Amino acid sequence: MTGERAVRAALWLYVLAVFAFILAPIATSFVVSFNVDRFPTLPLGGFSLRWYEDMMGDPTVLPAFRNTIIAGVTVAVISTFLGFTAAYTDYRYRFFGKSVYLALALLPPTIPVIILGLAMLIFLSRVSLFGQLHSVIIAHVVICLPFAMALIRLRLSQMDPSLEAAAWNLGAGEWRTMRGVILPFTMPAILSALFITMAVSFDEYAIAWFVSGFSETLPVRILAMLQGRVSPRINAIGSIVFTISITLVILAQVILLLRLPSRGQTDDG
Amino acid sequence: MPRILHPEMPTATVDREAADAPAARRARPDLFAWVMGLAMPVWQALFFVAPLGFLVVMSFWVVENFRLVPGVSTVNWVELLSARYFWEIYLRTLWYGLLGAGLASVLAFPCAYMLAFHARRRWRWFAVFLLITPFFTSYLVRTYTWKVLLTDNGFINAALDLVGLGPFSMVNNLFGTMVGYLTLVLPLVVLLQLFSLANVDRNLVEAAHNLGCGALKTIFIVVIPAAKIGLILAGAFAFILAFGDYVSPTFLGGGRPPTLSILMVDVVKSGANWPQGAVVAVTMIVTLFVVCFAAIAWAYGGGGRKA
Repeated sequence: MTGERAVRAALWLYVLAVFAFILAPIATSFVVSFNVDRFPTLPLGGFSLRWYEDMMGDPTVLPAFRNTIIAGVTVAVISTFLGFTAAYTDYRYRFFGKSVYLALALLPPTIPVIILGLAMLIFLSRVSLFGQLHSVIIAHVVICLPFAMALIRLRLSQMDPSLEAAAWNLGAGEWRTMRGVILPFTMPAILSALFITMAVSFDEYAIAWFVSGFSETLPVRILAMLQGRVSPRINAIGSIVFTISITLVILAQVILLLRLPSRGQTDDG
Repeated sequence: MPRILHPEMPTATVDREAADAPAARRARPDLFAWVMGLAMPVWQALFFVAPLGFLVVMSFWVVENFRLVPGVSTVNWVELLSARYFWEIYLRTLWYGLLGAGLASVLAFPCAYMLAFHARRRWRWFAVFLLITPFFTSYLVRTYTWKVLLTDNGFINAALDLVGLGPFSMVNNLFGTMVGYLTLVLPLVVLLQLFSLANVDRNLVEAAHNLGCGALKTIFIVVIPAAKIGLILAGAFAFILAFGDYVSPTFLGGGRPPTLSILMVDVVKSGANWPQGAVVAVTMIVTLFVVCFAAIAWAYGGGGRKA
């Protein structure tokens, strides 16, 4: 018996080690961003905000940040809209070629971003859409839309189908039913899709690197810094972006969880 | 969950008076259905399928005097596929990807198993939250931070030095690349394994125990076959991500020897030879498709007993 307990204790320690590995770079990044040394090592130097000042003093960071926000918000809106229509179509209609339809919606995340980046560069430059912020937006919608679709489709599958039929029988048309029944029901998923897609766009570096031209986004700036003179400024930027992203994700989760319990418990999601 | 088609619903659940309405309703859905149904495929056809298709077309173009010349030339394909260095890079990338996926699957399993079978619900949710967190932190920043931790003067070697060990060289080599890959894929693999293990029927496990099957044996002959599909798909996703990753082999692996993604970026960014870059990219996509289909065939095909 004691042998079994020892094994279990060892396994829990192992679980902790895995989580330590996963979270180590995130935690360390925060620590390093407040540490005074350019080449941080142990023991740590003193507390300092110099890398945040350094970041603010970099004239390329603020425009990149602005681009990231504009792209992120636009991408969130477009990809959530497209994801919603795709989720609804999958939920309601059965038609010829549906598997192709679903593949179109769900395949992009399985193509390496670096390849999508090259494909987008080649294609967008042929159709004169290259090198602008809208190039980044177009490309990001392609990879963000699957996340929006999955979230909204999940929510639709929790809906009682007779709700929609009931609205029709009470005389509501398709659009009216959409507005009065489907949209309110899927609203939590729509909001989380907005936040999640925004967060995905926020951190995407490879495609943006290929297509953004001079309209750099923040991740592209970080990549450029990694290739040049590295400094904890990267961690300072990372900490800020992380704080924004994780706030978006937590908002998305809270919105989903607040609405879910009323629909009965689902185990193990 | 049963799938119910709505157009049939009214007759089934609502009173007969509405039966004359469907005619009018059937006329109206057209615009609605077209808008709903076509928005996504139009976008994806324009900006996902077309770019990938054009990538294939571009691989047959040539560069002459720094200008792209459209055409149907196999010169890029022949040049690259007959080059020894290309196949060395190709096999290396394949090996790195398989190693990364294998390591991730093996390292993740005990963790996913403990969380799925022995953790309280609340803790499991907390673990899921922690596993999702990395997806929303910049992979670039995490990679750079590993460098701070792993270099010769980094945190880990400094700590090891205190107990008289090291320094170990942990970056600009295969170890560094693998740390990077694991940073990218381990959270996803643990999550996918956790979900598939959580769906394993507990009665099977109980039955195995009652029949005198030891814990370890139960895992291998009951749990793993029952969760086979999820475990294989998790590995396949890990391979996809590792195989195409540019950041880890560049910044943690040192960029030399190169992988396919490094070769592609070099050709496109430094060499300005888009057609050759396209050849590398198409080769990568074909490889990924083959591996994915093999994985799916393995996951859903015979060999494993049905739970």
